[in-house]
Amino acid sequence: MKESYIELCDITKVFGPVIANNNVNLSINKGEILAILGENGSGKSTLMNMLSGIYRPDSGSIRINGKPTLFRSPKDAISAKIGMVHQHFKLVEVFSAKENITNGLKNGFIYKNKQLSKEILALANRYGLSIDPEKKVYDMSVSEKQTVEILKVLYRGADVLILDEPTAVLTPQEIKKLFMILQNMKKDGRAIVIITHKLNEVMEISDRVTILRKGESVGSIETCNTNPKELTDAMVGASVNLSINRPENIKGLPLMEIENLTITSPEKVNLLDNVSFTVKKGEILGVAAVAGSGQKELCEAIAGLQKVASGNIIFNSEDIVGLSPRAIINKGISMSFIPEDRLGMGLIGSMNIIDNVILKTYRAGKSPFIDRKEGKKNALQIVKKFDINTPSVYHQVSKLSGGNIQKVLLGREISLDPELIITAYPTRGLDIGASHKIYDVINDQKEKGVGILFVGEDLDVLLELSDRIMVLNSGRVMGIVDAHKTTKEELGLLMMGMKQEVAQNV
Amino acid sequence: MFNLTKRTNQSKIHTLLLQLGAIVAALVAAGIVMWAMGYNPFVIYTKIVEGSVMVSENAKKGGVPYRLLQTINKAIPLVILSLGVSVAYKMKFWNIGAEGQFYIGALFAAYVAFNFKQLPPYILLPFMFLSAFIGGGLWGFIPAVLKNRFNASESLTTLMMNYIAIGIVTYLQLGPWRDPEAKGFGRMPYFTENAILPKVFGIHIGFIIALILAVIIFVLLKKTKLGYEIAVIGENETTAKYAGINTAKVLFITLFISGGICGIAGMIQASGIEKTLTDQISGGLGFTAIITAWLAKLSAPIILVVSFLFAMLLQGGAYLQVSMQIPAAISEVIQGIILFFVLGSEFFIQYKIVFSSKIKEAK
Repeated sequence: MKESYIELCDITKVFGPVIANNNVNLSINKGEILAILGENGSGKSTLMNMLSGIYRPDSGSIRINGKPTLFRSPKDAISAKIGMVHQHFKLVEVFSAKENITNGLKNGFIYKNKQLSKEILALANRYGLSIDPEKKVYDMSVSEKQTVEILKVLYRGADVLILDEPTAVLTPQEIKKLFMILQNMKKDGRAIVIITHKLNEVMEISDRVTILRKGESVGSIETCNTNPKELTDAMVGASVNLSINRPENIKGLPLMEIENLTITSPEKVNLLDNVSFTVKKGEILGVAAVAGSGQKELCEAIAGLQKVASGNIIFNSEDIVGLSPRAIINKGISMSFIPEDRLGMGLIGSMNIIDNVILKTYRAGKSPFIDRKEGKKNALQIVKKFDINTPSVYHQVSKLSGGNIQKVLLGREISLDPELIITAYPTRGLDIGASHKIYDVINDQKEKGVGILFVGEDLDVLLELSDRIMVLNSGRVMGIVDAHKTTKEELGLLMMGMKQEVAQNV
Repeated sequence: MFNLTKRTNQSKIHTLLLQLGAIVAALVAAGIVMWAMGYNPFVIYTKIVEGSVMVSENAKKGGVPYRLLQTINKAIPLVILSLGVSVAYKMKFWNIGAEGQFYIGALFAAYVAFNFKQLPPYILLPFMFLSAFIGGGLWGFIPAVLKNRFNASESLTTLMMNYIAIGIVTYLQLGPWRDPEAKGFGRMPYFTENAILPKVFGIHIGFIIALILAVIIFVLLKKTKLGYEIAVIGENETTAKYAGINTAKVLFITLFISGGICGIAGMIQASGIEKTLTDQISGGLGFTAIITAWLAKLSAPIILVVSFLFAMLLQGGAYLQVSMQIPAAISEVIQGIILFFVLGSEFFIQYKIVFSSKIKEAK
């Protein structure tokens, strides 16, 4: 048994009402690659942010070589030789690789240009990284930027590297290269922590896996002693009965047919890859996927906000690909889009309820003046119908509670009498009572014959609310399963990219 | 250790008190600066008020007293410029090109004034007015196009457009448009009588235009669909796109209006005060307007008040120089300090400081 280099004991971190980490235990050894596996919101990032000094734990301790250490800032973590490569790179675009790597370090007054380049190249060669120290970051590809991030951490002398979903933005070839480099570092005696939710990568690269679920550490296991099935079960946990009402769906006609939809990122990575499915009238089609699997792009493509590379979106036998959001509205196609980040897209936080309610209807009529009387009437109706708790309709939306904000948004969309509702994480951050009210609202719409595309993150909710569930992984449809018959484990495996025979199309 | 947390319930009274407190603190801080320079701050503040609004002893009866008239004359362009930039700021488009839009507006008006002398004033003046609006509008429109096409930072492009505008005016003043009868003096000819704004109560009618514009801008931003679109884009551009707002179109229209209004200020200053065009005509008002628009929180009625107070500072500063040989720049020092304090107070409106031994991160 090796001596643990870093030990996290009973770490707890609370954000307002949310317990992000609850008595988490974790040990990191030198010369080992540790994978941290967990669903969205299982507390992986919070934990790593505490290890890199960005957050401070509310309770619990971090021991380095057995000695309790308190990180007050990222500086303390760096001096403890812990470095983090963030998922979203933190680089200065107009600086060169070298400048980014040495930025913030005390090098004395005189900038030893040539010597620095030599040092960086030597460091890069040691692990098989390739880099041009003079290249500006804005000229770099994603994988080059990641190399800079890794070198930045190495240059600061890190013995422990934490990589937050390092493969999410890379092509398969680049991933292969990255793994080779990680192996080199491991041989060099460094400790690597890799956060991921891709099971095959865990199996391929890691020596040990620690699984987090809902903020708690479920266990650690040697990778060679486990298999994907076991890991998935540990990750998703046992099914919980939420008793969400599921009205029988009227066997409706197809409302929207998506055919071979492909969306590519500017880096030529397929965000959605040949996706086809149908939403019927009066059904809830659930979408299950880990973050960044293409669900956001899918929603935005239907709403006309995302450029489509190829494929068709047939809505009421009319192809709506390429139409602007305004044109889609003008075509008489009523589509309601409740984006992932409610306040980021969908509502204007600093405006009052009336001004948010009129967002999609203010254009009506020829007059250049805006009709807030109608808006007020509408807002009052929505407040009453959805039981929104607010002092008045003149109240600023951002000052409402999360559940009420969600109700304003859903209320506005439903008041437009849509035929299709696309909703992503409508109950994120809401308590059980508020969540159930939202489910009731969605079910009401379903019974009226509205088609609903429901992007969710809680598998228990998806299983009980949806009629069918489509699982996405890396932009591909892994399967569409009958929500009455499938299990949480099956969904988990599909989400992790393990395609099984059980997942027949329904 | 202390911690900053976002205030959840900002009451209006609390906000108002903080802002008033900021202004008082700014006056005290400016007073300390004056005191350090060897002046008595109380005397200076009294003189500023005296020099900007008080009736001097030997004033003529009837009409607006001279000092107040001077203050109003300074307030007129400041009000219009502040209204102009506030339209763009509502959209979070940082138009700091009011100065250039002012000059181009004045230039277009001057072109009309010089070349259509024969027209009667009731045709010539509206013609100048319209040309100034178009000129200033174009000057605001160009950075909007650059922003839309190339994502060029508007704070840089609008700023640089200022120097181009002033350069053009200087060139015309010393070159093609130079008054041949000025005997080697580098200036343009004076406008003819029919190109000069008439007066009401001894004040040129620019003040009426400024008041009308204030009403128009108020209605535009608060009551129209366009105003709503501008606000939505300013607050959250992704939501605007999601709601189907044509953000590019609104951007172009907004900047044309913003620049056009600043251009009108240029026409009024040229026609009402200078009676010609010079490359000194703005006196930096296009930059002062950024401060006043901001202090007024982009609200048209408050812009009227703040602009008048700033005009008092400007006029009072000029009076200080004449009556006490104190540099007029002192009023600019006060302006800067006020802005600094009021912007600083914004932080305390949004956040509160919590002292504690245990840090709790606020997410």
